[in-house]
Amino acid sequence: MKIRLENVVKTFETFRAVKDVSLDIESGELVALLGPSGSGKTTILRMVAGLEYSDGGHIYFGDQDATDIPVRDRGVGFVFQHYALFPHMTVADNIAFGMKVSKVKRDKAAIDARVTDLLRLVRLEGLGDRFAAQISGGQRQRVALARALAVDPKVLLLDEPFGALDANVRRDLRRWLREIHSELGITTLFVTHDQEEALDLADRVVILKDGRIVQQGTPQEVCRDPQSAFVMKFLGDANMIAAEVRDGRAYTGDVSVDAVGVADGKAELYARPADLDWSEQGPGIAATISRVLDRPDGRRVLAATGAGEALEFDVEPERQVRAGEAGFVTLRRAKVFAA
Amino acid sequence: MRRRNVLPGLPLSLGVTLFYVGLIVVLPLAALVIKAASLGPADYWQIISSPRAVASYRVTVLSALGATVFNLFFGLALAWVLTRYRFPGRRIVDAMVDLPFALPTAVAGIALTALFANNGWFGSILGEFGIKVAYTQLGIMIAMCFTSIPFVVRTVQPVLEDLDPALEEAAQSLGGSDWEIFRKVILPLLTPALMAGVSLSFARSLGEFGAIIFIAGNQPMSTEITALLIFIRLEEYDYQAAAAIASVLLITAFVMLAITNWLQARALRYTVKG
Amino acid sequence: MSNHPSRRKPPRVGDNPLFRRTLIGIVLVIGFFMVLAPLVIIAVEAFAKGWQVYRDTIIHPDTLHAVGLTVLAALIAVPLNTAFGIAAAWAITKFDFWGKRFLLVVIEIPFSVSPIVAGVAYLFVYGLQGLFGPLLDAWDIKILFAIPGIIIASMFVTASFVARELIPLMQAQGRDLEEAATSLGASGFRTFLSVTLPNVKWALLYGVILCNARVMGEFGAVSVVSGNIRGQTNTLPLHIELLYHDYQAAGAFASASILALLAVFTIIAKVLLERQGAGRVRKTANPAEKTS
Repeated sequence: MKIRLENVVKTFETFRAVKDVSLDIESGELVALLGPSGSGKTTILRMVAGLEYSDGGHIYFGDQDATDIPVRDRGVGFVFQHYALFPHMTVADNIAFGMKVSKVKRDKAAIDARVTDLLRLVRLEGLGDRFAAQISGGQRQRVALARALAVDPKVLLLDEPFGALDANVRRDLRRWLREIHSELGITTLFVTHDQEEALDLADRVVILKDGRIVQQGTPQEVCRDPQSAFVMKFLGDANMIAAEVRDGRAYTGDVSVDAVGVADGKAELYARPADLDWSEQGPGIAATISRVLDRPDGRRVLAATGAGEALEFDVEPERQVRAGEAGFVTLRRAKVFAA
Repeated sequence: MRRRNVLPGLPLSLGVTLFYVGLIVVLPLAALVIKAASLGPADYWQIISSPRAVASYRVTVLSALGATVFNLFFGLALAWVLTRYRFPGRRIVDAMVDLPFALPTAVAGIALTALFANNGWFGSILGEFGIKVAYTQLGIMIAMCFTSIPFVVRTVQPVLEDLDPALEEAAQSLGGSDWEIFRKVILPLLTPALMAGVSLSFARSLGEFGAIIFIAGNQPMSTEITALLIFIRLEEYDYQAAAAIASVLLITAFVMLAITNWLQARALRYTVKG
Repeated sequence: MSNHPSRRKPPRVGDNPLFRRTLIGIVLVIGFFMVLAPLVIIAVEAFAKGWQVYRDTIIHPDTLHAVGLTVLAALIAVPLNTAFGIAAAWAITKFDFWGKRFLLVVIEIPFSVSPIVAGVAYLFVYGLQGLFGPLLDAWDIKILFAIPGIIIASMFVTASFVARELIPLMQAQGRDLEEAATSLGASGFRTFLSVTLPNVKWALLYGVILCNARVMGEFGAVSVVSGNIRGQTNTLPLHIELLYHDYQAAGAFASASILALLAVFTIIAKVLLERQGAGRVRKTANPAEKTS
């Protein structure tokens, strides 16, 4: 099922949560809505579900205008942030609930069979008789997903699906959700504030800020070509160095990088820690190391330029560096945005 | 702007609520206010400031104050003992705290009267010391204490139970004595709940009727509470006077309700959200 | 007093043994005088003139009639207040609307207004000198000084009881479960019955029991509107007063013992329900929110 949002607006009291958002989600696509808290991502998800009504614009499911269809008739599967499992029902009863209340009558055997299938799909065979309080967080998450899938939704919507889980459980479930998606091919939209999660899982990432879409594209597109300083910073660690643009090149100290399309004048230069190189001799941006952090996959160096700008970069694990050392930083790659 | 609700049932549930509240609560109170207002300011003032009415306010308010002060200390002690200590019979005592809520006021009234009458179990002992309870203001106070003690205990108890032990431990690690920790850490955290409970207790005492009329002497000017005066005016078919004095109690109840709500909101002040 | 090392805990504030024992002692003594003694004296006084007098009082037609009327009032007022409490809790906790805070305060009013004031207020609605009195009189409908008046006055004083128990709990539980059920296609009624109700049933029952106890024991409001006609409009509490002022103390206490028994049952029911988690909003109302 293809989903289209057309100029959708949502206002809470005096605060505009979502401002004129248009978005197309192709059938079978797995899309992440990524943004900091307050960016409107959950509100958009809830509007797609029908758990919130938009104040303007339209939402289409295929060719059908779904804007005014109430949630119970919209045919979406929604996985709540804290799962919202019915605490007084067993896992199996939770999963069966949607089928039991459905207008399409199913007999008990059919429901039981489907519950068994779903339990197998989410790898919870044998836990059907447990209550929500008796299973782990990761298991609850999978029950919530099975419950949402039980009614054969046209669209699967997940609100911060892994937000309440430990880091390692989170990584496993992420891979697993991707597998389920490939298996079922259901159009899926999920909300997260964790860029790693969005990039790992989604076919396409939609980045939001203050109720507007600031950039969207495949993980490759948004990572390699961030269109704004916000996206650059939000997707990962970034160094900011003040620079001056002249004729399509940005200059800072002895260093210059390509800045095609950026107007002449003051600019901000952004570079990932991995794109900075450290050497004892110039040329480069003069800096002094203030601290060295050892990590399993390398050494992270914190340094400060002569102008007092903080820099972070990575060096090989074998490289001997020490706090107090002076040297020079060169740039392998950088993005420049007008200040 | 389209404003619709996602969950079903608002028209039905809100309709039922408004209809019921309107018919059962708002309509009679409005009728009372209309009746009282029909008196005109001069007559109204004359009735509510008549010496007998003023004497009844004094008896009611002073007794309620006395009862509330007692309940402040005893209620706090009771809540403390029930949450902090384990002793045989604690659960029974905990359950018995609700007896004044569950026991009909008229039943409480005759029971207290029997206990504190001059020939009663307690009355005869107290009489030896020259203390008269039944048919005096002291009796009114005791009836008020009885009916309102659960308010203080049940408001303070949950807060005391949820008090983070780490706060006390922190204070202990900083070298505070028990009394200092109680005064400076525990009591301030309990105060909002304690005040909310106390104001509920005071409000209840102001309006109490059944438990009091048996034990009070009901003598005009000395042991006649305001609620009883209203009742007497009704029996004399002086409906306007009844309405006027009842409106005073009603306004007091509103003021107490506002104070209590405000205090209860403050009581949640230290609760970390989320 | 275990000496097992692993069970020893450092003392908390107020754990000084002397202080602890003194405080428990004081509380128990005052508690006994204030709370337990009234219960004991009812039993003692009820049987003061022997079993025969007790029995005669209980089976006296006036007493039985008063019991019947009290039960009738409860049978009507309690279900209506329960329906109201559920509707109010649903409207207030599942929706946002203008004036909600004000509505909450209005629902609290009956809890804080003196029952005498409530009785008087009803007089000015349905009494002869009230708003609808003349109209009702013309149609020959009797509400005041008759059974309907008693029932309506009881409804006023207990109107808040069920709502007061449900609202904080349903507020704490949020709307997620209902939204989940609705997103799975359940109707509103179905959502309430199979998702909301099972999670609030103990609190609801608790509210119903408190409401019932108060309806059966209500004195002030009912005494204003009843007219105290023996054998006709006397509820049990009014009957007690009548006997008491008739200098039939043993009879009054015998009748009171019925209500005292009701109070004891109410407390037992309350304790049992609290074990099920009613009466107190737990911090994590939704166990699914506890991550393990």
